[in-house]
Amino acid sequence: MGTPLLSVRNLQTSFFTREGEVRSVDDVSFDLEAGQTLGIVGESGSGKSVTSLSIMRLIPTPPGRIKGGQVLFGGQDLLKLSDRQMRAIRGKRIAMIFQDPMSSLNPFLRIARQLTEISELHLGLDRRAARRRAIEMLELVGIPDAARRIDDYPHQFSGGMRQRVMIAMALSCDPQLLIADEPTTALDVTIQAQILELIKDLRERLGTAVILITHDLGVVAGMADRVAVMYAGKIVESAPTDSLFARPAHPYTQGLLRSMPDPLQEVAELYQIPGLPPDMTRLPPGCAFAPRCPHAAEPCSQPPETVAVGAAHRSACWLNVRSETRA
Amino acid sequence: MQTPVEPTSTALAPESFELVRGTSLWQDARRRLVKNKLAVASAIVFSVILLAVLVGPAIIANTWGYTYDMTNSEVVYQPPSAAHWFGTDQLGRDILVRSLIGGQISLLVAVVASVVSLLIGVTYGAISGYLGGKVDEAMMRFVDILYSLPDIFLIIVLLAFFSKDLIVLFAMLGAISWLTMARIVRGQVLSIKNREFVEAARAIGVSTPKIIFRHIVPNTLGPVIVYTTLTIPSVMLTEAFLSFLGLGVQPPLSSWGTLVQEGVGAISVYPWHLIFPGLMMTVTLFSLNFLGDGLRDALDPQARAD
Repeated sequence: MGTPLLSVRNLQTSFFTREGEVRSVDDVSFDLEAGQTLGIVGESGSGKSVTSLSIMRLIPTPPGRIKGGQVLFGGQDLLKLSDRQMRAIRGKRIAMIFQDPMSSLNPFLRIARQLTEISELHLGLDRRAARRRAIEMLELVGIPDAARRIDDYPHQFSGGMRQRVMIAMALSCDPQLLIADEPTTALDVTIQAQILELIKDLRERLGTAVILITHDLGVVAGMADRVAVMYAGKIVESAPTDSLFARPAHPYTQGLLRSMPDPLQEVAELYQIPGLPPDMTRLPPGCAFAPRCPHAAEPCSQPPETVAVGAAHRSACWLNVRSETRA
Repeated sequence: MQTPVEPTSTALAPESFELVRGTSLWQDARRRLVKNKLAVASAIVFSVILLAVLVGPAIIANTWGYTYDMTNSEVVYQPPSAAHWFGTDQLGRDILVRSLIGGQISLLVAVVASVVSLLIGVTYGAISGYLGGKVDEAMMRFVDILYSLPDIFLIIVLLAFFSKDLIVLFAMLGAISWLTMARIVRGQVLSIKNREFVEAARAIGVSTPKIIFRHIVPNTLGPVIVYTTLTIPSVMLTEAFLSFLGLGVQPPLSSWGTLVQEGVGAISVYPWHLIFPGLMMTVTLFSLNFLGDGLRDALDPQARAD
């Protein structure tokens, strides 16, 4: 393995609010190889979106600030680039699609204008060439009659179609990395499947690496090569997808997996992790999950170490440390 | 803003959507405007006045040979007649021509002030709102300071001090007219800049000026258009007021304010001298205000609730 395409090292992003500092992303590290897919899973507020926005340097400042760490992309530390250099990377080498396709398109501009903007900007195409490229991209993402529909306004498209347009826009410049921030959350289930299928297909055809952010483990299972589970701003477990589903090591991951409904098994009540997601302004000094953890014990008042529990499988829980020393 | 209506049934294949030709926001607004009878009538009346004011003086000069500053001692204070539709004034000048020329000046003042308010106000407000934070704070306090100055008083002093030049009048009216526009646009931008499409534009690497002027400003156009149509009559009124005080447009050039002022002196004996220019000004102001109201209802239907 050569150097990974993206290597996030000890990333720390905080928001400074009236209630105090919120460490939305606290010492997060991961690697992503070219052409691979990483799933980042977690509850609302676990820091998964902030991680992706930090990579793109789109954190609203103030109140947010990237406090430390490195985001090495193709050997360059994105956090050290000037705004101008960063703009040249956004959209061209790293593209992003957002959660809500309803509001990610400018309601005042025709689809054509929004799609040509990116290729005029980064590929230096003139209007006509950019328009041809835009139609090509719309056809690629499966919009019928693209040459005519390109002159429509966003509100003339359905949700799924708009997400296709967003994907077309994101992939216009053949980016090396696509960050998909809950790309299907706002869509209904059948459309969800279509969009995921589309992302999968394009990923294979264009060789794009993908960071897929979601709270849906089912989505991750079908798409990702590796999964990172986030809780309270930290990665608590990361593993190859198969390994994570077969042998979840962290109690939080185990809880998440247990709370997924199994269509083959009839249960009276679906399992849910007890308690609520933590108040990010007042995290416990040790393991943030301890107050909700069925295995919580005395060592949990200390921050847990991240240890290897299998091949490329790491977990941050005292339980894993103990079982390791016992074994 | 409008809430998009979403298909509830997934049975509707995406392909079937292309058969439905949707309406753009503009088409929607136009339909609502056309339904508003008062607004349509106002638009027609205003167009007629505009046309008369623009081409009228030339036609009259060709037909009868009158110009706005041509005096004729033989036809002093004539009542309306076939030769002088609106009558004549104390120097025998045709009041119709003077009213039309006065209209040109009044509308020109209003248009200049509106253009200034659009250019400076929209740019200033958009930048202030988008950058936010300390920049916004500083920029808006500057607006507050200008706002708190007694503007009419200031204009009177400056006009008396410098010269009663038209340019000074234009500059002064322009300088005060952009303040409210800047506030309106800033408020709009504040609510738009956190929308996802702005973030999406940033995520594809669009630069800040382009985000402001290509992605955000067009979304503020509704309120901007409405406010502009309401600025025009208010500036015309201010100009008329200043001219009435003798500080605005100077004879022999006329504006509606000047004409009304001249007419007031002779109101009991020669009422047409006041009535005709006054009527033209009133009708214009009414139609612009009704049109502005109609546009507001058309562009922002939810604001009608009250």
